[in-house]
Amino acid sequence: MYGYAGKILRINLTNQTIKVEDLNAEWAKKYIGGRGLASKYLYEEINPKVEPFSPENKLIITTGPLTGTSVPTGGRYMVVTKSPLTGAIACSNSGGFFGAELKAAGYDMIILEGKAPKPVYIAIEDDKVEIKDATHLWGKLVYETTDLLKQEYGDKAKVLAIGPAGEKLVRIAAVMNDYDRAAGRSGVGAVMGSKNVKAIVAKGSKGVSVADEQKVKDVVASKIKIIRENPVTGEGLPAYGTAILVNIINEHGIFPVANFQKAYTPEADKISGETMAKTILTKKHACFRCPIACGRVVRLKDGKEVGGPEYETVWSYGANCEVYDLNAISEANYWCNQYGLDTISTGATIAAAMELYQKGYIKDDEIAKDGLSLKFGDPEAIVGWTIKIGKREGLGDKMAEGSYRLCEAYGAPDLSMSVKKQELPAYDPRGVQGHGLVYATANRGGCHVRGYLISAEISGIPQKLDRFSTEGKAEWAKIFQDLTAVIDSLGMCLFTSFALGLKDYVDLMNAVCGTDYTEETLLAAGERIYNLERLFNLKAGIDPSQDTLPKRLLEEPIPEGPSKGVVHKLSDLLPKYYEVRGWDEKGYPKEETLKRLEI
Amino acid sequence: MIKVKLFATLREGRENEIDFEFFPGINGRFILEKLAIPEKQVAIFLVNGRDYSLDEPLSDGDVIAIFPPVGGG
Repeated sequence: MYGYAGKILRINLTNQTIKVEDLNAEWAKKYIGGRGLASKYLYEEINPKVEPFSPENKLIITTGPLTGTSVPTGGRYMVVTKSPLTGAIACSNSGGFFGAELKAAGYDMIILEGKAPKPVYIAIEDDKVEIKDATHLWGKLVYETTDLLKQEYGDKAKVLAIGPAGEKLVRIAAVMNDYDRAAGRSGVGAVMGSKNVKAIVAKGSKGVSVADEQKVKDVVASKIKIIRENPVTGEGLPAYGTAILVNIINEHGIFPVANFQKAYTPEADKISGETMAKTILTKKHACFRCPIACGRVVRLKDGKEVGGPEYETVWSYGANCEVYDLNAISEANYWCNQYGLDTISTGATIAAAMELYQKGYIKDDEIAKDGLSLKFGDPEAIVGWTIKIGKREGLGDKMAEGSYRLCEAYGAPDLSMSVKKQELPAYDPRGVQGHGLVYATANRGGCHVRGYLISAEISGIPQKLDRFSTEGKAEWAKIFQDLTAVIDSLGMCLFTSFALGLKDYVDLMNAVCGTDYTEETLLAAGERIYNLERLFNLKAGIDPSQDTLPKRLLEEPIPEGPSKGVVHKLSDLLPKYYEVRGWDEKGYPKEETLKRLEI
Repeated sequence: MIKVKLFATLREGRENEIDFEFFPGINGRFILEKLAIPEKQVAIFLVNGRDYSLDEPLSDGDVIAIFPPVGGG
């Protein structure tokens, strides 16, 4: 097999056994790799009803066929498991260098099964794979854990680790790699913690063999050219990072403020990518083989130079908590990286707690011992509560369950701005109807990267759609969701899709793997993956009534700003979406659809 | 008066915000010309938060936001 390493590492933590298996080539053809193929393995190997923290759940760390090759942004890996936050299938995706190193060691995928009797880490050096004692690492922050393992295995070794949040089963804990890159969402870090696995070290010396070296060279060169010449990937993202979106989203009046109570703020520019570039930015950071380099490195007030916040983080801790202070946001981001927390869900959960406080559900005496306020706008609060969530301390222990369970515990679940219990990201769907449909139907719950319709509804890529209209949005949602499933499965970064189209991905896949995908068959693989994830969720007990949005977004019009007066019209969109998907009117995939997709 | 807000790379060598005197018939094209912004650099032209044509006349008090092509997330 070209592109693929062709091998899976299956590690049973209960029995402490390590097996190397051949990759299922037939499944790879149908589900590509990465997100798709790992979802197939998970679907076949676990009961979707399994309790996420039980040893019967599995944690799959997977690369795609293009990971570790010369393909631009080909450094992605994904973590696939049943989520403890949503109860749905989780696939969290990260860049950095770990994924490419794992591939270079000769593995497409690691399947972690069971539960280790005591803390362990996994050391992979090509064919030498060991389960090692991690007692000395347990409890340590991500940076120190990474440093200690690099001291032992050398600087070339790449480290994936959880922080204390994952160990303590914080439901919004991330899997971290290369210090500050995150497979952030859906609590995948807590599943790793539940298995008593602190870290994975990878060091590889094998290359990835490709079908036709000259062809790969030519195709890669032509795609890099497209990415470099595109104004989004060649100019905007390199210059300002993802936070370039702060002003544009705010000027459209869809920048959620104070837990989605408003959607516009006159203070946005204080936390914008433009301001970051002028103030705290020290340098830019590129992941493996990335010509875009959207990563930021920033200097905190105390002098620490650390990974900077992404757009979503600038929003979740910034406007969503009404803190217009880039230093405080960057510090909160830093502690998320250290404790191993998802910055979207953590910031959004703090914002939900602030609204619970504002509305009188949480009283002063309850938080007196914590020594922190829960007032919107308090920069110390966003940093302090992040650390308390990471430690499960005081009220942080309740917040560690995520915003839905927190708000439910106070009898106010409607104050959680989440879908399928996962916190929504940084775009108010009331002013972007298609994007809201994607929120409601995303297989991993509230999420912007399962079909980033902002691209069409705001940026006009690949074409401009009327953001307030529901017309044609069901069809667009399906195409974006299916294409995203393809990109995630290849092992490339979604940001390439601002410049590249389906045909480009077909070219890259076929050049590397020697396959004969067409645009039609590759996109069909994406559709197959999307439907398989849906089937997992249905079997897990997540029925289609959960394809919805928070009540506030369906019933309360945006109160002010450029999108004033609109609500999300989900009920106009959902029936059409089910129809376009080939699902019945209740949202279940029809027999004929599954047959057509060969599921 | 018409308030014009510039963002991202359009700020390079220009102020972040510029006020224009209103006159009947003033439109986006006039403003771009005055600010020496080539039309091909403009991906999004918002008037009071809504997409707007460069040729349509503006009203007194309008707030304009101009963006180059941007994406992220």
